Amino acid sequence: MSDPNGLITPGRAAPGFTLPAAPDGRQVGPGQFRGRPVVLAFYPADWSPVCGEQMALYQAALPELERYDAVLLGISVDSVDSHRAFAESQGIRFPLLADFEPKGEVSRRYGAYAPRGQSDRALVVIDPDGRVAWSHLSPPEVNPGVDGILDALERLDADRRVSAR
Amino acid sequence: MTTPLQVTTARLRTPVTEHDHVRGPADAPVTIVEYGDFQCRFCGAAYPNLTEVLRQRADVVRLAYRHFPIANIHPYAESAAETAEAAAARGRFWEMYDWLFQHQDQLDPVHLSLGVEQIGLSPDEIAAEVGRQEYADRVRQDFVGGIRSGVNGTPTLFVNGVRHDGGYDLAELLTAVDAAADA
Repeated sequence: MSDPNGLITPGRAAPGFTLPAAPDGRQVGPGQFRGRPVVLAFYPADWSPVCGEQMALYQAALPELERYDAVLLGISVDSVDSHRAFAESQGIRFPLLADFEPKGEVSRRYGAYAPRGQSDRALVVIDPDGRVAWSHLSPPEVNPGVDGILDALERLDADRRVSAR
Repeated sequence: MTTPLQVTTARLRTPVTEHDHVRGPADAPVTIVEYGDFQCRFCGAAYPNLTEVLRQRADVVRLAYRHFPIANIHPYAESAAETAEAAAARGRFWEMYDWLFQHQDQLDPVHLSLGVEQIGLSPDEIAAEVGRQEYADRVRQDFVGGIRSGVNGTPTLFVNGVRHDGGYDLAELLTAVDAAADA
């Protein structure tokens, strides 16, 4: 079951927030990266094999996201300590945010919280002005890959070029 | 309102060309494109089954292999991929591919150089080229084409351009190949 209000949709202002992030617990949120696209990757939990696969894949694909100057933030309800250990085991160097206390609050605000007590497997691309450009909800067991994110970043990039003309 | 779950059937966006490593008849009606990582144990488990599919359907199917190393979890995957490219530059890609998937627990530099020697190539020459990252761009190109086609882990197979979301045991692979041949 996904959030009854549904995942946040394109065109809406992305709710501002900061959360403590692995490895050092510093507060990280999308507002710190205004002027750049931000990719939020909500995922159910550290340590499940599918999650590891998705976040490990995202680490490997990160250079392609960075070509669009994008920032990638992973978010689950796990603690900073869990995130730190998970990141070390998977070689993940982008921030993993702990939506841990109050549990799932940010996930709920994005419509990406499941009643089973975990974040949904949901992707949200925020444009450089802080609006949602694209969002995608996967079944919890399906790794959505990177292509949807890259397509969204490519469209943002093309739109900017047109409006800059 | 509940957001509908979104699942898309991924399709291969980068067609097979003469730059690909292909095993099997050029005019085969079925082409399997494998995105793989030489250190991935699931790829290793699929390897003998894919080999058997090629043997049992020799006139029907060909296999193209593309690199998809996830280096942050597989520290030897990138050097193995680049070594396979160095072998390819000498016309020995598939010999190296076979060796790598048959020796997945021996991909460290010392054992890898023994493998290169076993297939009849010069370990020093190849290690030097890999050290200069001469094949890194090629491996990266495969990887990027993969993520744009919806590759979300390894192995990912495309059968005549459509992502195979089933399993990798022999029966499932044969079923997928036969279905594509009859389509």
